[in-house]
Amino acid sequence: MSLTDKQLERYSRHIILKEIGGKGQQKILNGKVLIIGAGGLGAPATMYLAAAGVGTIGIVDDDRVDLSNLQRQIIYQTEDVGKKKVFSAAETIKSMNSDVKVIPYAERVDSKNIMDIIHDQDYDFIIDGTDNFPVKFLINDACVFLNKPFSHAGIIRFQGQTMTYLPHQGPCYRCIFETPPPPDVVPTCKQAGVLGVMGGVIGSIQATEALKYILGVGHLLNGYLLIYDALTMTFRKVQINHNEHCTVCGDIPSITTLIDYEISGCSWKRG
Amino acid sequence: MTIRVNGKEITLEKSVNIDDLLVIAKAEAPLYVSVQLNENFVKRQNFAVTFVKENDVVEFLYFMGGGER
Repeated sequence: MSLTDKQLERYSRHIILKEIGGKGQQKILNGKVLIIGAGGLGAPATMYLAAAGVGTIGIVDDDRVDLSNLQRQIIYQTEDVGKKKVFSAAETIKSMNSDVKVIPYAERVDSKNIMDIIHDQDYDFIIDGTDNFPVKFLINDACVFLNKPFSHAGIIRFQGQTMTYLPHQGPCYRCIFETPPPPDVVPTCKQAGVLGVMGGVIGSIQATEALKYILGVGHLLNGYLLIYDALTMTFRKVQINHNEHCTVCGDIPSITTLIDYEISGCSWKRG
Repeated sequence: MTIRVNGKEITLEKSVNIDDLLVIAKAEAPLYVSVQLNENFVKRQNFAVTFVKENDVVEFLYFMGGGER
């Protein structure tokens, strides 16, 4: 399928790039990205991917838009407060770019549905925009099991960090962090606060990684954790080696099925 | 002796183990920090017996959630 005149004009600033061209834009239009968590990270990531013309965008979130979200979750407007996030985000994307097919999943991911959601459209790349560690570990493990690339990220206060997992090419999230921390040990944005724009910076990097993966250009953040400090305005790219003792992607993995960590008493427990 | 922790130079009077270094470098929630020494992960059970030496490069890696809510 060739690009229409309207598409040639809409994506002209992409097409003029030698790394993209008409062929690359076609790859983007055929691309399928799943965004889990439509919040501070997921909102800007989704918008840039939609503007870029990613043909299929899946969004997973069971939450509704809250007034306190609007300080950073730029895909929602004031009148969207109270609406289901995935449907509100889908409306915004549709008005941004009709080339994009949006698949909303108004549910919370767990061990029972995550594989089906990823398989649903056989997504090329997954973006972790979630706020909690049980789901971050779940996404990691599911992507390791399914050999799917994904972008991990977190933001808090004036800091953010992100890494990209590529199957069999460097570390996964569990190579760094073995197991979720107990609740309330590591502060959340709700408790500690976050500068709204942090999601924009880091979420946009996640979207960049997805596009580079689809295009097959440049070097991705596999094998690195990129750590951003807005107060000192520094980015540090820390090399992370694959951990041979990793419990999910190491030489002798002990984790071979998905785990639902749940909040129970003072610790995450396997549900 | 001088080592690098998260990109910053730190001067120590003597060699210390990772447990002490976490305190000296004021790591937040030190029980949940992952530690790389010269690009190799140090297992938590080895923190007490792993001592830093001149010019070592140490990375404290922190959990970071955030994003959704």
